[in-house]
Amino acid sequence: MAWLDYFRRSSPGSANLAKDRLSIIVAREGRSRSKVNYLPQLRQELLQVLAKYEKIDLDQVTVNVESQGECEVLELNVILSEPATMRKTVDSRHAPFFTDQSRARSAQSSR
Amino acid sequence: MGKTTTSANLAAGLASMGYRTVAIDFDVGLRNLDLVMGCERRVVYDLINVIRGEATLRQAAIKDKRLENLFILPASQTRDKDALTRHGVESVIEGLKTAGFEYIICDSPAGIEHGAHMAMYYADHAMVVTNAEVSSVRDSDRILGLLDAKTFRAEQGMDPVKTHLILTRYSPARVAKGEMLSYKDVIELLGIEFMGAIPESPSVLQSSNAGVPVIFDPTSDAAQAYLDVVQRFLGEERPQRFLDAPKRGFFSRMFGSSNEAPIAAVG
Repeated sequence: MAWLDYFRRSSPGSANLAKDRLSIIVAREGRSRSKVNYLPQLRQELLQVLAKYEKIDLDQVTVNVESQGECEVLELNVILSEPATMRKTVDSRHAPFFTDQSRARSAQSSR
Repeated sequence: MGKTTTSANLAAGLASMGYRTVAIDFDVGLRNLDLVMGCERRVVYDLINVIRGEATLRQAAIKDKRLENLFILPASQTRDKDALTRHGVESVIEGLKTAGFEYIICDSPAGIEHGAHMAMYYADHAMVVTNAEVSSVRDSDRILGLLDAKTFRAEQGMDPVKTHLILTRYSPARVAKGEMLSYKDVIELLGIEFMGAIPESPSVLQSSNAGVPVIFDPTSDAAQAYLDVVQRFLGEERPQRFLDAPKRGFFSRMFGSSNEAPIAAVG
């Protein structure tokens, strides 16, 4: 039934992929203007700690800051490079992981 | 990415609105602004000659043939880049201000080397010219980092250089198909003020072939887009154009249409 594809919308383009890749790069290489400019260093130090316990692939660690209103979320995502089928993800998205206590508290109260 | 084309068109646009404007080519060794502006045969002295005191600004600045108040200061084609000193650039810019120039456009070379650094160092405004393409956007992010840190304004703790985004070779038809980053994506990624998109247009190539900035051809969509950018820069409210693909009706879809915007041909 391949001919039916003709009527479907063409497969999602590559622009989304480009945007996702760029968002990571821009956050990682982050220019100094960003409020949180310790991200590259934080990422590096986290890697050093993690490397003691796990085999970590550089590309498998992302550190990101998202702000939603007054609440800032520091998101740390580590994919452990064990057998490909048994990958587990440690996602701190829901656990507060703030370096600055006061900001953590204000973020909590704004929820 | 269109820095030289954009410099030529912004300079011509500002001059056509009555401002005394000069465009300086900072690409020592690879000069092209003279060619794009069609004055390559009238180059006698260049920026480095002026910096070294071998020529005066009056001798080196080439007056445009079309506009009274438009001048070009070409880059040197042969000299060594190190001749472009910070002190020299400062004295050239001061000299141009004293000579009554209201806008001085510094056309930066590609990359983040010395020439680019010198072109941005004394800037009040920076037009970041980018394509909706991954490498171009990443480079622009790097350049924005340098603008924040390595300019006179940054080093003196003054207000930062005002940054503006210009997207060139934009193809709304390809954006609609999901093949190209949209202007919204690029604005979100770079986080600076959007001045406008210049549509991909064959008239841009034709104009550089002829050495006449496209802004002089009012029938071209790219010219209209550049004029909008100049007017927005001068503080006028101009609605954004050229961001959406024209909707094709049933008949033009069936039979094609010869007056379709050239953008569609690329998609």
